[in-house]
Amino acid sequence: MIAAVFDSIPAMIVLTGVLVGLSGALLGSFLVLRGSAMLTDAISHSIVLGIILVWLATSQLSGPVQVVGAGLAGLATVILSEVLGRSRLVRMDAAIGLVFPAMFALGVLLISLYARDVHIDVETVLLGEIGFVWLHTVPLWGAEVPVTVLTLSAMLAINLAFVLALWKELKLSIFDPGLAAALGLAPVAVGYGLLALTSATAVAAFDAVGAVLFIAFVIVPPATAFLLTRRLAVMVVLAAAVAVVSVLSGYQLARLWDVSIAGMMATMTGVFFAAALVAAPADGLLAQALRRRTQRLDADCAALVAHLATHAGTPAMAEESTMRALVDHLRWPDARARAVVLRGLDRGLIRRDGSGLVLSPKGDAMARALLAG
Amino acid sequence: MSGLLPLLQSGIVQTVALGAAILGVVGGVLGVFAVLRRQSLMGDALSHAALPGVCLGFLVAGARDLGAILTGAFLSGALAALTVMLIVRRTRLKTDAALGIVLSVYFAVGVVLLTHAQATGGAAQAGLATFLFGQAAAILRGDLWIMGGVTALALTLVVGLWKEFKLVAFDPDFARALGLPVLALEAALTVMVAMAIVVGLQMVGVVLMVAMLIAPAAAARQWTRSLGGMVVLSAVFGAGAGVTGALISATGRGLPTGPVVVLVASAVVAVSLALAPGRGAVWQAVAARTQRRTLAARRVMMTIHDLGAAHGDPAYPAEGGMLDAFHGTATRPALRRLEARGLVRPVTHPPEDSPHWALTERGQAAARAVRDDAGAP
Repeated sequence: MIAAVFDSIPAMIVLTGVLVGLSGALLGSFLVLRGSAMLTDAISHSIVLGIILVWLATSQLSGPVQVVGAGLAGLATVILSEVLGRSRLVRMDAAIGLVFPAMFALGVLLISLYARDVHIDVETVLLGEIGFVWLHTVPLWGAEVPVTVLTLSAMLAINLAFVLALWKELKLSIFDPGLAAALGLAPVAVGYGLLALTSATAVAAFDAVGAVLFIAFVIVPPATAFLLTRRLAVMVVLAAAVAVVSVLSGYQLARLWDVSIAGMMATMTGVFFAAALVAAPADGLLAQALRRRTQRLDADCAALVAHLATHAGTPAMAEESTMRALVDHLRWPDARARAVVLRGLDRGLIRRDGSGLVLSPKGDAMARALLAG
Repeated sequence: MSGLLPLLQSGIVQTVALGAAILGVVGGVLGVFAVLRRQSLMGDALSHAALPGVCLGFLVAGARDLGAILTGAFLSGALAALTVMLIVRRTRLKTDAALGIVLSVYFAVGVVLLTHAQATGGAAQAGLATFLFGQAAAILRGDLWIMGGVTALALTLVVGLWKEFKLVAFDPDFARALGLPVLALEAALTVMVAMAIVVGLQMVGVVLMVAMLIAPAAAARQWTRSLGGMVVLSAVFGAGAGVTGALISATGRGLPTGPVVVLVASAVVAVSLALAPGRGAVWQAVAARTQRRTLAARRVMMTIHDLGAAHGDPAYPAEGGMLDAFHGTATRPALRRLEARGLVRPVTHPPEDSPHWALTERGQAAARAVRDDAGAP
């Protein structure tokens, strides 16, 4: 049974994607909330230098030595950027943008100089080769398990343990770092722990998705979940779900259109983000537009009620209570006037009286409250 | 050196060097505004986001037509900028998340289109992948006209709207109060960054283009305090790094141009951060050391002064070892400096034979001045 799974190449590819997606969702939820999303960008670029340096030193392209060694390079970028930013010679955003391109450029240069014949060519660095993860396997429990799957599983276990063990610390250090520090929860150390794990996970995922697409797995599913909920635990679970669905659908579409598998998986995270951006129940663009429309209608209703109340019982009442008056005197376009009258009728604020409109008792009360205020 | 002259005379190398210079100038000039407006990482997002445009331009034109490719890159860069703006203005997500989303998703779409183009359109032969890291040798003389034209347009805009851009960069609120169309000006600056990226695509590629925007500007910032000076210097640094990097890359076999150019630019930044007068790390260290020494010397002087006051003798000879013990450190270097400035002098105090120090007339006056200063309300 196990052997059957590990023998199936598609299953291996999807499993690899799912592992990257789950780790990314776990860590990314906290990174996005902390405002460190672009540090992921810096980390995932600069681990390239770490990977090539560790390879030059040990001739190992994957495994624990790489994860720790190259992971340190990612953490070094973060620390170097922060030192540079704190020196006040350049601002923090420029500091990040100075450090990681230099490290990445050096990494790419070293690859072109020393590693042409190895399978890390310059394009793989960016795009990964999730389709080839099954090529490099180790025997385990009678099955040939890809090394990448093994490393990623270990990283997922570590990430999960980290998040579960430090849930309270992570939560407080994001939402109230001052209180976290005062309670002795070491928000700075927790933050560095998070970034160190992001680094190590980026190295583990490097074979599969490369340096740039990893960013999509870390940032986009959590950002999507962020638009859908305001509860941290729900957000993490939703992010994981979005990641898994993106991986599955991305794989199918990549097979269908014969394009980059990792690229299509990352693209799907973007598709789900776009869907959430437009259609999220509370925060989506549609919901926002609807809310604005309702607010405008309600404001117009109040204006209508005030208008009718002002003229009620005056000689001009008959003239002012017609639809015509709304268009001519309040300068509302026909469609808007009609929509407002319908809304007023729906809410029971007004009723028709011949050709004119009169306030209902409810509308009368509302007008008195409005005009008294 | 003997290898350099023939190299410079080669037509390809001239083209490459000229292209690198053009890129350096436009990246340097526009980078200044990006860095000052804290939009450095926007450049990173926009340059990654140019990839789908490159591929679409190729797919639409059906060949490696630079005009179509650069138009596509510019359009997808501009669209990416709009997307960032939309996410920031209409959701609770922070700017960095918006940048990360746009960067990674646009790039992923680019990767998908790239593999599609390679599978169907013969893009492998067309060298579409060189737009990832740049390949200066692929630049043709005709391409320079496009790069030069875009650069000329961007520079004309900067010169024409100099005052407005300056105000937007330093005080957007004041600019808005003056009635300037701040949003439009900011959008213009962002769109111009996309133009610079287009110029740099062939040279350094989409992944490293951000360095050509930030590095020259950050280096120039260390040497000057005026916007005009910064823009000119940044253009010079950018062009210098571009040409140097392109030439190095042309001499070595298989050295990708983008990384070499970026490393040269990074070296310029490192030197600037270390050495810039009044601001660089070395200067700061020297200034801090001088300050520390001045303070230490003054404290020793005041100790001798206070001892003298306690003993009713302004020229009281203080014993060196006692000063060391009181300050918990060797005071001799501080005393030597005070002596050189004529504030203390070594004296003997028989029957003891250890060194003693007393304030000179000038030293007494200086110490009194410090006390009066400190005592004043």
